[in-house]
Amino acid sequence: MGGVHPHDNKLSADSAIEQFPIMDRVYISMSQHLGSPAQPVVQKGDYVKTGQLIATASGFISANIHSSVSGVVVSVEPYKDISGNTVTHIVIDVQGDEWESSIDRSEELKREINLTPAEIIKRIGDCGVVGLGGASFPTHVKLSPPPGKTAEFLIINGAECEPYITSDYRLMVESPEEILIGTKVMMKALGVKKAYIGIEENKPLAIEKLKSFNYPDIEIVTLAKKYPQGGEKQLIKAITSREVPSMGLPIDAGVVVQNCGTAFAVYEAVQKNKPLFENVVTITGDCTQQQRNFRIRVGTPIEKILDQVGRLPKDAAKLISGGPMMGKAVSNISASTVKSTSSLLVLTEQQTKRQPEGECIRCAKCVQVCPMGLEPYLLNKLARLGRNEDLESERVYDCIECGSCMFTCPANIALLDYIRMAKADVLKIMRSRPKK
Amino acid sequence: MRKLLVSPSPHIHGNESTRKIMRDVLIALTPSLLVSIYFFGFSAIQLVVVGALTCVGVEYFIQKYLMKIEPTVDDLSAAVTGVLLALNLPPSAPWWLMLIGSIVAIGVAKMTFGGLGHNIFNPALVGRVFLLVSFPVMMTDWSIPTSWFREGIDAATGATPLSIVKEGLSRGETLETILAAHPDLSYIEMLFIKTGGSVGEVSALALILGFIYLLVRKVVRPHIPVTILLTIALVSGIFWMIDPTQYTDPLFNILTGGVLLGSIFMATDYVTSPMTTKGMVIFGVGIGLITVLIRYFGAYPEGISFAILIMNSVVPLINKYIKPNRFGKEVKHG
Repeated sequence: MGGVHPHDNKLSADSAIEQFPIMDRVYISMSQHLGSPAQPVVQKGDYVKTGQLIATASGFISANIHSSVSGVVVSVEPYKDISGNTVTHIVIDVQGDEWESSIDRSEELKREINLTPAEIIKRIGDCGVVGLGGASFPTHVKLSPPPGKTAEFLIINGAECEPYITSDYRLMVESPEEILIGTKVMMKALGVKKAYIGIEENKPLAIEKLKSFNYPDIEIVTLAKKYPQGGEKQLIKAITSREVPSMGLPIDAGVVVQNCGTAFAVYEAVQKNKPLFENVVTITGDCTQQQRNFRIRVGTPIEKILDQVGRLPKDAAKLISGGPMMGKAVSNISASTVKSTSSLLVLTEQQTKRQPEGECIRCAKCVQVCPMGLEPYLLNKLARLGRNEDLESERVYDCIECGSCMFTCPANIALLDYIRMAKADVLKIMRSRPKK
Repeated sequence: MRKLLVSPSPHIHGNESTRKIMRDVLIALTPSLLVSIYFFGFSAIQLVVVGALTCVGVEYFIQKYLMKIEPTVDDLSAAVTGVLLALNLPPSAPWWLMLIGSIVAIGVAKMTFGGLGHNIFNPALVGRVFLLVSFPVMMTDWSIPTSWFREGIDAATGATPLSIVKEGLSRGETLETILAAHPDLSYIEMLFIKTGGSVGEVSALALILGFIYLLVRKVVRPHIPVTILLTIALVSGIFWMIDPTQYTDPLFNILTGGVLLGSIFMATDYVTSPMTTKGMVIFGVGIGLITVLIRYFGAYPEGISFAILIMNSVVPLINKYIKPNRFGKEVKHG
């Protein structure tokens, strides 16, 4: 159902993952996950090692945070994140690179899974693993379905349907067995017998690599190249033919979805006891001097990363964290990376500047491309009129904000801008109603 | 300090535009235009040029001086209306008839509703039907003007297949005798070249070529034209099987009159057709059904223009009640 076909522009696909140099100072955000911010447990002047716990989860939906470097904490204070929101950061001056001794730094693959399901979930939580597909939902929470709900399948998202980004692709090509073992670990934690790894057909090398290992209960599924194929609900539908109910979660369809980057992080956490403090980031854009994939320590300032690939090009008009369809425009380039930073994308004015809005010509293209079966033209109109009741009956809350409607609109109408705001309003109203 | 743009996602656009779509429609009309110019010469050129210029001019004038907004004629939508109206007139129509039709199409049918995207009825068809009821003689004069390539032909031979059949049947003749008296009404001739009819109806093949171009460019989807043609074939097929002496056969009904021009270029007009796939199918079935009923039982030999306009008026209702298949069962909430 629906979907669009933007040019995939995987410019950095053939660039192997390189270790990014450690900067002099890192700024580690306390809000790198969905849910409440983590609570710092270190103070100014403390010496920390790489991989040492520096902030603990506060509340059920939250995640631990570990130091990505060794050095001295110089301050714990608010800084602005990429969107300009003020968040507490732990700032560390780097001294060498001394790792926690509990971390297994050997190259050796560890295939045997010794921990029990409960121990696996605890380890994943301890290591601060969060979903690396975008929403940064704490992984240990996702692996603990609420009472009364059980998972039948685990789906690993390797679709990477956003144009430009290649971080998942490179991980699948370079560390396929780690991803497969990570998948087995999560299968054990969930108690499911079957897992699928869904990959878009434009990544034949990744498909071939993953298929070359003998993991009979993990099926590699080739998916059509279509945006948003990697949307959680779309992926589940493509692989299992099941539809997640409206307002429901994947678990309501008996499925848990994790990103392939998350599977890799789970492998490192459970098998190697390595907390999540570095991740793969694609630095790309048609106008950048280089397009590369780096493994970057969390908290590295974006400016420093751009310096390494030849600074921002002259014709750069927008810097995006994530992909061009759903990523966030960076308003503060002195902000630092977080666990789920997957890409830094530079677009030129010609690529990204919005054209003036015209009249809706009712071409129905937005209706055709909506992967949720909504009518974006109508939602946009109702949103501009503030008709919340009608918006609710037209199911604005089902919108996954994929942007396909706005991408395809020949009249350049800012459909998603208005639908997104209306969705937030309507959800707020719906949640405020007394529960029966 | 570097300045960067900050705006919500999506950050890229598919580069589709209203102007590009309208340009594609004009390109798709080119084969039919060329065939018409070949057969009707200056008359066809004159109608198309007067139509396009008048439509663009009227829209520009109304936007600039009455609505006092920045004119948007460069989106080419008015030009498309002008060309379509020209293709819907008899080749012998005088230029001033075209002028009046264009003023009604843009001035009345489009701009009074608020301009592009707001009109309920297809502007070109409103123009055509206005002329048909106001100048019935001129609008059914199918004589063929002189072209550079052929002599002019008298009105005597210029009747349309549909009007020949309609008149014959009303005189009490059977279809068999009517068709026997007109050997030129062969399907092959109608598929490639038929000269009795509007400017744009000369060659079914040229229209189909345009349709293929629109499909390839993804400007239109096949649903509306295909359901119209299937419905016409099915409904006329049922009548034809009941009484082949009184009712024309399905192929005859598809190849004659404005069915192809109407279903490919008029019924697919974005603004006046439904937004959902299911709605498009209902719309197409309605047009097909009404067309056949008017042809068989109405006063006019041809009914597709009326059928499209009638179904145009149902579109808001279709859009209100026919919804796309939503993703995910609705669960109780709140």
